[in-house]
Amino acid sequence: MSNIAVADAAAPSTAKPFLTRLGAGFVNRLVIIVPYLWLLFFFLIPFVIVFKISLSQTAIAMPPYTPVLDFSDGVSGFFAGFRDLNFDNYVWLTQDALYFKAYVTSVIIAAISTVLTLIVGYPIAYGMSRAPATIRPTLLMLVILPFWTSFLIRVYAWIGILKPEGLLNQLLLSLHIINQPLVILNTYTAIFIGIVYSYLPFMVLPLYSSLEKMDYSLIEAAKDLGCPPTAAFWKITFPLSLPGVIAGCLLVFIPAVGEFVIPDLLGGSQTLMIGKTLWNEFFANRDWPVSSAVAVILLLLLTVPIMLFQQAQARAQEQGK
Amino acid sequence: MNATWSRFNVTSIVLGFAFLYLPIVLLIVFSFNESKLVTVWGGFSTKWYVSLFHNQGLMDATWVTARVGVISATVATVLGTLAALTLTRYTRFRGRVLFSGMVFAPLVMPEVITGLSLLLLFVAVGLDRGFFTVTLAHITLTMCFVAVVVQSRLVSFDRSLEEAAMDLGATPAKTFFQITLPVILPAIVSGWMLAFTLSLDDLVIASFTSGPGATTLPMKIYSQVRLGVTPEINAACTILIAVVAVGVIIASIANKRREVQRQLDEQAAQRG
Repeated sequence: MSNIAVADAAAPSTAKPFLTRLGAGFVNRLVIIVPYLWLLFFFLIPFVIVFKISLSQTAIAMPPYTPVLDFSDGVSGFFAGFRDLNFDNYVWLTQDALYFKAYVTSVIIAAISTVLTLIVGYPIAYGMSRAPATIRPTLLMLVILPFWTSFLIRVYAWIGILKPEGLLNQLLLSLHIINQPLVILNTYTAIFIGIVYSYLPFMVLPLYSSLEKMDYSLIEAAKDLGCPPTAAFWKITFPLSLPGVIAGCLLVFIPAVGEFVIPDLLGGSQTLMIGKTLWNEFFANRDWPVSSAVAVILLLLLTVPIMLFQQAQARAQEQGK
Repeated sequence: MNATWSRFNVTSIVLGFAFLYLPIVLLIVFSFNESKLVTVWGGFSTKWYVSLFHNQGLMDATWVTARVGVISATVATVLGTLAALTLTRYTRFRGRVLFSGMVFAPLVMPEVITGLSLLLLFVAVGLDRGFFTVTLAHITLTMCFVAVVVQSRLVSFDRSLEEAAMDLGATPAKTFFQITLPVILPAIVSGWMLAFTLSLDDLVIASFTSGPGATTLPMKIYSQVRLGVTPEINAACTILIAVVAVGVIIASIANKRREVQRQLDEQAAQRG
């Protein structure tokens, strides 16, 4: 608040009416306070509630859990409530191999998909950054446009392509490349395709913005000095695009770990991912405390990547200034 | 520029865009398919669009989604712009780190976590799930995207313009509405559109926070997709894509026009 305090202190020297001064200070604070309170109430407090409910027990009631850490008994009751806390849901998660497997599989799938997205996205971003400046805005819009169309629709479109009697198999069969339809839908391959496809714009945009800023005379200098193109790429282009690589990878990896729509629609019942497990625990089994515990562990798992992402954002903001 | 490299560049762009657009194009093409089999071409027909408009459930869901989208995008744009102003203008206040954390984290937070936590909040405070709760949830999610879009414009904003206005005697409010707002308006408009499409698009958070009577279009589409791919859904998706594409194209043309106009004005001013 220091800058506001300074502004207030400096105010008397200017001959503004008192009410205007009060108004300006009040508006200044309101600019901060309104979004701050909104996010506190609708983003941070819900996590506290999730954590609280993950420590409670399932009950056949509505809502289906026993209250814990309730203030209805006053402060002493609140502290007495600590004795009733139980970590049964977490013990349950460690005992059932299914959950552990779901976490590990999700992280592995997200990691592989992130690398695949990088491999697919890098040449596109590079090509865009070297395109004539006149068509660059159009190319940029073409990358962003699919992002504006529904995620659900884009995933749905792949079902028609990948299913056994789908368009991809029809094409491959008619070209006599394969004799039998490939089984892709309802496998992990379909999930990889779905994630790469859906998250590609998130990878291409940060890559493009760091590649576009690059000074290409560096490459020409390297070439003049006899450096082969591949070596020049790994020694100059790639390191300089690293901020974009990191931002893009985090933008893909973090949401992909908890992805629900893609594994549900393309992965079928055979594949295991934690977002789907949480969804089923909540909607099919109606076990709110266990799904809360699943969410808490997923959140802990993602804390480090999310903090890295925030640092990258803050750095980008500093550089923009 | 080396010839082989530029051929490589063109190829990668063409292949990349083919990958991005082919599935959407196929989806649109097969929405005009006569046959009920989605993947076998049986001739051109618009009958699925006709049957779509007679599907009351789908029409109701569209109406709910449109209202949630407009209301949540509008509120989120106001809150997101305030958050962006806070992030760029107030560099030091207590809890700033927490604040920027709360703005950036929802961008990458898996939707299942956000949805579950918001639902548990609504249950805890005793709010009945329905239209209102979905709208609140969408405001919370989309205001962060608006904040990032507006912030990126504010960062490159030349503050000497504001100082000049203040020196000439404009009040802070007048300065904001006459100088700052017009400059960041394109970012605010695209923030609103982003918020609207995100709301239009969201399945997971809506499924958690919605209640009876407030089924949104993605929820409806999802429940039908689970039963199988149908040309009717293809038709519904095509209409959605068309609406969004037209909006984005109009916005970008308007943006370009404004840009050209501004350049002409500047040239005129220099000659003036």
